[in-house]
Amino acid sequence: MSNILAIAQKELKSYFVSPIAYALLAIYALISGWFSLIAIANFIEMSMQGQGPADLNGYVIAPIVSNAAVLSLFLIPMITMRLFAEEKRTGTIELLLTSPVTDMEIILGKWLAAMGMYGAIMGIKLLCLSFVFMFGNPDWRPLATAYLGMFLQGGALLSIGMFISNTTKNQIVAGATTFGMCLLFWTFDWATTFKADGWAKVLAYLSLTAHFSSFTRGVIDTKDAIYFISVIVLGIFLTARSLESLRWRA
Amino acid sequence: MIKVEGVTKRYARFTAVDNVSFEVGKGQIVGFLGPNGAGKTTTMRILTCFLPPSEGKASVAGFDVLEQPMEVKRRIGYLPETPPLYPDMEVGEYLDFVGKLKGLRGNDLAKRISETSDKVNIGDVRNKLIAKLSKGYRQRVGIAQALLHNPDVLILDEPTSGLDPKQILETRDLIKGLAGDHTIILSTHILPEVESTCERVVIISKGKLVATDTVDNLTNRMRGSENVGVEVESVEGTLDTKAVQRRLEQVSGVSKVVLREEKNNRANFEVESLQGRSIRADLARAVVEGGFALTELKAAGMSLEDVFLQLTSADQPESDKSEKGESA
Repeated sequence: MSNILAIAQKELKSYFVSPIAYALLAIYALISGWFSLIAIANFIEMSMQGQGPADLNGYVIAPIVSNAAVLSLFLIPMITMRLFAEEKRTGTIELLLTSPVTDMEIILGKWLAAMGMYGAIMGIKLLCLSFVFMFGNPDWRPLATAYLGMFLQGGALLSIGMFISNTTKNQIVAGATTFGMCLLFWTFDWATTFKADGWAKVLAYLSLTAHFSSFTRGVIDTKDAIYFISVIVLGIFLTARSLESLRWRA
Repeated sequence: MIKVEGVTKRYARFTAVDNVSFEVGKGQIVGFLGPNGAGKTTTMRILTCFLPPSEGKASVAGFDVLEQPMEVKRRIGYLPETPPLYPDMEVGEYLDFVGKLKGLRGNDLAKRISETSDKVNIGDVRNKLIAKLSKGYRQRVGIAQALLHNPDVLILDEPTSGLDPKQILETRDLIKGLAGDHTIILSTHILPEVESTCERVVIISKGKLVATDTVDNLTNRMRGSENVGVEVESVEGTLDTKAVQRRLEQVSGVSKVVLREEKNNRANFEVESLQGRSIRADLARAVVEGGFALTELKAAGMSLEDVFLQLTSADQPESDKSEKGESA
């Protein structure tokens, strides 16, 4: 366990000593602020037209949260692309693999650090949302489940991204591939627009959107949680296999 | 301490290491010698559990690299060809991280970091970013990394490559100083390095083991006869080279005398002895008693370089059949 933490700590630190963390945080804060502004403007508009204030959760929090989920598709490749690709390029992977730590400790350490970075970015979003709580009285529970959903979805995509980063020495290749995969997973349910059964149903089940939406409505559906957890486990498993293959391929 | 038995490493298209066996005793420094691409790095990677062997067994301190890799890794310090450094870390931070990877914690870790920093002389750069260090310092941080957990075995892949002459000497002294406490394997393609630091040599070429012995034995074994360079000057008047040559040939134990150079009443001869005969003292006496001035007498002994070239070129016809080119 302490090996995992040592690796996670080093990895998290390396986000913050390089400009990566600050660039991601700053850009995310800007976009997040812009989205919140739009959502609140929209809410004010609706309140003016209707009788009394509109539903704060429905018009402000829900759109902010679903935008955040879409934004994370862009963030995740930037968080994961260097995880292993950089170590392979500079040769530091030799240090990790010849030290008395297990492959799984390395992988979990890196994944935790990626989660930490993702969490920091999601934290910025809370800043924007805190204004809604300061001036209004929305229900916090759908927000809590939405955050749980975002962490599960983030964890799943991060573990897939980590696996992709382990298959190449090139960060750009890792980043681009991860972005493509995130987008595909996000849009798989489009298959249902022209076909309602068979493979379209399978694809739709694999889609992130379908599993994420319940969380934004304030529902914790075990089925959806299990979906995300299985993707996390799958990504970690694939990374482990790919790290192992380094030993007999390299 | 280290035992390699019939280790072979095959890739899809070629064999990097072919049936190599050798042993290294506790506290020895062994030079792993071979031309670039001979399979030195691959063998070292097998010993450090980075790569599994395709065939054969390798063990460190009695632990098999395939069956008990954790035990092996705990006992090994490894410096790969390019030191595995994180450029955006400070030296102190880096050593702290490596120490934790090696299982050191708390006071132990702090103590080992300061001891190791002193040993390799990097105390003054502890708060510097690794990216800003000179090549020599980076190499030393690399060695510190390998030494940190005080491992029984040190495996150093070309520890002096890319350093300037002064740094090379410092690094060699450092490595020599580490012997005894640690068993050391260092790879190099620079021959004087092996002569000056190692007790034993393992020579491999194109993946095959060519020779393994002590440095002295190896040069002796290859030498056989003694070669002596003799320079003679006339005491007065012109030098009669023929007379000198006759005198030299008459010395007992001499098998051949060749005139190499003749200039301004000064002549250079190369004298070869019969197998196992020492002839230098007799040569000197013969020259002086003949009424000539002896200006130089040197043993042109066989250097490790000659041994190496002989061994690796003798291997040539057979190994030409195997495929060429190594990526690592």
